Amino acid sequence: MAQKIGMEVSIALGEAAKLANTDVIAAYPITPQTHIVEHIADMVANGEMDAEFITVESEHSAMSACLGSAAVGARTFTATAGQGLELMHEVLYVASALRFPIVMTVANRALSGPLNIWGDHSDVMATRDCGWIQFFVENGQEAFDLTLCAFRIAEDPTVMLPTMLSLDGFHLTHVVEPITLIEKSDVDKFIPPLKHPFALRPDKPVTMGAFAPPFIYTETKKIADEALRSSKKVIVSVWDEFGKRFGRHYNPVETYRTEDAKTLLLTMGSYSETAMVAIDNMRTKGEKVGLIHLRLWRPFPFAELKQTTENADNLFVLDRCISLGGPGGPVCSEIKAAFYDSQKKPSIIGFIGGLGGRDMTPGDFEYMTKRGKEIIQHGTKNEVEMIGVKE
Amino acid sequence: MAKSEDSLTLKDLNLGCVVTEPGNARQYKTGSWKSKRPVTDREKCNKCGLCYIYCPEGCIRVNNKGYFLSNYEYCKGCGICAHECPQEAITMIEEEEE
Repeated sequence: MAQKIGMEVSIALGEAAKLANTDVIAAYPITPQTHIVEHIADMVANGEMDAEFITVESEHSAMSACLGSAAVGARTFTATAGQGLELMHEVLYVASALRFPIVMTVANRALSGPLNIWGDHSDVMATRDCGWIQFFVENGQEAFDLTLCAFRIAEDPTVMLPTMLSLDGFHLTHVVEPITLIEKSDVDKFIPPLKHPFALRPDKPVTMGAFAPPFIYTETKKIADEALRSSKKVIVSVWDEFGKRFGRHYNPVETYRTEDAKTLLLTMGSYSETAMVAIDNMRTKGEKVGLIHLRLWRPFPFAELKQTTENADNLFVLDRCISLGGPGGPVCSEIKAAFYDSQKKPSIIGFIGGLGGRDMTPGDFEYMTKRGKEIIQHGTKNEVEMIGVKE
Repeated sequence: MAKSEDSLTLKDLNLGCVVTEPGNARQYKTGSWKSKRPVTDREKCNKCGLCYIYCPEGCIRVNNKGYFLSNYEYCKGCGICAHECPQEAITMIEEEEE
């Protein structure tokens, strides 16, 4: 036990689905997610995993099959990426409205067009408001650990919400990392069996997905919003319990060398580790810089974010997605909104980079830090800058 | 449950808005949707019941005198009964009119 094994992160995620006793997987292969469901399909076919693997004709059908599976109270997993997530789009809202604790891995991929299979966050940002719990992972170990946590969080009787785990396509899915797996018996103790209070039974018929006319639709949305917001305390407590049991600790907002930092960078996903290298480089030059890594995206961790940034002068946000014709990147615009009413707030500047698999180097993060300060000096804070555009 | 739509609040909703009681669509009175209502001229009506067969809402019932009449709590005012009536006994009149 606790031995590190070198394995592709996608394979580790398949192992996590197996360790979690997943009953049903309905999935359609799409790069860069394919290896996850291929590995699961292998294990099911070889009799190593006792689950139903439903092969479907599209991602729309994949998520629809997941609804059916979750409706009977089966533990349900799927994975997708990019266009696949968009094809699922309308069904995502149904999963959260029906309070089905489906767990899905999204191997973040840029959206067409032009056609691009490489990583950025455009796919998941387009599903921001679908009512799912959403978090972003930084490395392979975290992807494995938080997949296990995702089942536990989603199925908590006070939560019962679908949960989406985002990991960067290729940068994480296709790399081999040393990963510590967890013993099956320990996972069993961590994730109790799923009990849906209204799971379909022939002797206990119910109506799921009844329509909600104007006299009650607003109330359904109020409940959905409250359910998602109040899931945060369960997310935090499950991550705490995971840390106590297995020694790896996760928080909604992570910080790196922020103690006395006057300038903070903010990232999501795997680029956080690249940014850490840049922070180290700048620290050796005596700059007081630090990093905020936003792990939890929905429910948005307003309080934790404010707490970690209260002593900083500047906050420079990297978005791997652009809201065309809008306020820049979705993450930065939400962070600006989060601080709107605060008396004490940093100067917030948004950058867009790492689109469609374009690498961001530590040098790019150093540039972002320097450029952010220049923008503040020149008083052009509302401009959106895309990093590394070849003009 | 069996609450009217006016008295329902978010506290009445089950997890995932699951409905545990069968047949409660009956509580949803769709009659307020209509702008015209069907009125049967009993002089012309020969009690054939075609209106009852054609009504897509299933809201027409036969009364104790054998006339087929719409239940205005559910009738949406589509006018199919008036269109199909071979005796032209059914007239659609504006809701405001007596």
